[in-house]
Amino acid sequence: MLTLRGAQQVFRTARGDVPAVAGVDLDVRPGQVLCLVGESGCGKTTTARMAAALSSPTAGEVLFRGRDVATMDRGERAAFRRSVQYIHQDPYASLNPVRTVFSTVSAGLRRHKLVKDRHEARRVTIELLERVELTPAEDYLDKYPHQMSGGQRQRVAVARALAMEPEVIIADESTSMLDVSIRVSLLNTLGRLRDDLGVSFLFITHDLAVAKYFAWRGEIAVMYLGKVVEHGPTPQVVNDPRHPYTQALISAVCEPDPDLARTKERVRLRSSDIPDLTDLPPGCDFHPRCPLYAEGSCDTERPPLVRSHDRLLACHVVTRG
Amino acid sequence: MSPVNDLPTTPDDPGPLLSVRGVDVGYRTGRRTQVTAVHDVSFDLHPGQSMALVGESGCGKTTLGLGLLRLLPRSGVVPKGEILFRRKDGTRVDVRTLEKEKLRRFRWNEAAMVFQGAMNAFNPVLRIEEHFLDTFRAHERAGRRRPRKEILERSAELLEMVRLDPARVLGSYPHELSGGMRQRSLIALALALRPQLIILDEPTTALDILTQRSIVERLAELREELRFSMVFITHDLGLAAELADRVGTMYAGRLIETGTTRDIFYRSRHPYTSALINAVPPVVGDLHVPESLPGGPPSLNALPPGCSFAPRCAHALDVCTTTRPTLDVLQHRGAGLSHTAACLRSTDAELHAEGSPVIDRTVNPAHAEPRPDDTAPRAASTVGHAGAPASTGPAPGSVLDAASAAEAVEADERRAQPPC
Repeated sequence: MLTLRGAQQVFRTARGDVPAVAGVDLDVRPGQVLCLVGESGCGKTTTARMAAALSSPTAGEVLFRGRDVATMDRGERAAFRRSVQYIHQDPYASLNPVRTVFSTVSAGLRRHKLVKDRHEARRVTIELLERVELTPAEDYLDKYPHQMSGGQRQRVAVARALAMEPEVIIADESTSMLDVSIRVSLLNTLGRLRDDLGVSFLFITHDLAVAKYFAWRGEIAVMYLGKVVEHGPTPQVVNDPRHPYTQALISAVCEPDPDLARTKERVRLRSSDIPDLTDLPPGCDFHPRCPLYAEGSCDTERPPLVRSHDRLLACHVVTRG
Repeated sequence: MSPVNDLPTTPDDPGPLLSVRGVDVGYRTGRRTQVTAVHDVSFDLHPGQSMALVGESGCGKTTLGLGLLRLLPRSGVVPKGEILFRRKDGTRVDVRTLEKEKLRRFRWNEAAMVFQGAMNAFNPVLRIEEHFLDTFRAHERAGRRRPRKEILERSAELLEMVRLDPARVLGSYPHELSGGMRQRSLIALALALRPQLIILDEPTTALDILTQRSIVERLAELREELRFSMVFITHDLGLAAELADRVGTMYAGRLIETGTTRDIFYRSRHPYTSALINAVPPVVGDLHVPESLPGGPPSLNALPPGCSFAPRCAHALDVCTTTRPTLDVLQHRGAGLSHTAACLRSTDAELHAEGSPVIDRTVNPAHAEPRPDDTAPRAASTVGHAGAPASTGPAPGSVLDAASAAEAVEADERRAQPPC
């Protein structure tokens, strides 16, 4: 459906080139969830922006239904823009404060001429709000963002994305600003869109628990410093992580269970500092922190992403295994 | 006016470090109008304890934390109650009525705060060393003014304590540090004058997971070394499970359930606490479908009559909408560790029998069923390696007086369970 092939994004800065995303291959399949996880600065958002054609990759390509996004003509591009929708992280910043909910949600409908008149726009907007469980929808139509809570705003953002009947929704940390209670209900709403409407998701989060819950039947790709280090079906990656970085991430999660929290085994990293993107270590990017570091290839040769243990892995030690 | 109640305390039982009695915290919203954000909160914090305040946004957690140190914004008031604090010299003061200069000596020397959002807590135009110098000069006891060099040496020690490189950090501006480094610097700064109590407001929110982990572990170690007490405010229940000996749940400005961490996580008796816990999907084990908790906390201006949680509660009865439940003691323990809940159905056998509102791991003392092991359902990844590896980290509070009492209570309970 939506494919990234060797997509690369290098930012030129005064301090040197920053390879924010250093060649990733990802596939978002119809009706499936692909979850990107990793720490801040690992290139998750940059990848999402490339996937949505909000920025063009410096190398590699982004394909939508087999067509390269960069070479699309006007008509194709308009169709692409409709089919791929983006939900931002911060619902306080992503909604225009001087527009009502109706105006925000119907803007795309009117722009893409999907509705005839204002009357129809209102009817369609009400349907959309009901779909994201903002009911009674009539009460919300004329509200401004400041009159709503964070969870409600994020639902408006989801409704706006749905207005275009998208095939792919790119959700960038869409639930991380919300309270735990609201987070689950928004995830359930998104899950219903996935199941009922067959919308595909490129879901970005740093919260592994959320990734596990939302992408249980999909795939997870773990990113570190602009590269995918482990990529496979969610149950395998979360319950049986193989890459030492994934293991560290999963063991670092605070579990809501006091006994478990005290007995859980933690992966000890050799260093807690993330290397600077302008000055990457030779060999494997993770080797200065890696608990499995072994003399030999780790600090000289970059591990390729290869199929191993029923998933894709980039680690010399584990794949040699 | 006598703000200081110089009550001498007996040396063998120093009593609670912090004793909060019927405290209300409000904000003035107009000339004659006021909204009460925290209602009638009482708890005792004993030396060495670590207490988590949990709840959704807008439940009054931060307001209470700020109120305890009188750090509220200008519009904030503490109209009622007592906040008794036992100072290092053994005298008790009521923080609520402390006068200006004494309040200044109290803050940081006795109790310090680590603010939410490490991003904004530092002054962006001052170097980190400037913040340390300011703190020492403003809060250290009069007559002990130290030269700049000595303060900087001490600051360097503090930064090393939180595993930062002083040479790199002291001369930097806040924007030159990462979020984790800033948060660590803030913790170092809070520890500067060896306070007995630290209040942390969302200490790890907005940090990356590996950074969060290292801060959590460092905090637990520091607490063992320096023996301070903590009150931390969080909406991350995982953090509470990990770092706290005891938990207080807040809803709509009231404490609605308190107890040891195990009480709250395994035997919670308030549907709100259970709902919060069930809303967090765990990472280990098979897919656990979290339950959503629809709606949000009520507006503080228009609290529903009766139980504030009744409109959202799945187990509410008619009586819940008319009668406000009181915080009842369910299991009495010393050192402020009693399990209490403000729910009319907290002792309702029907509700708590088969662990219905609580996670299926629940064991209810009243209906004890054989519990093989609390961790058994997720045993897959909770390998209880013999001679727990060093990486497990010290069980927080294991050497602390009051906290070890909590552990002892827990251990007793565990023993009381039928053997497996």
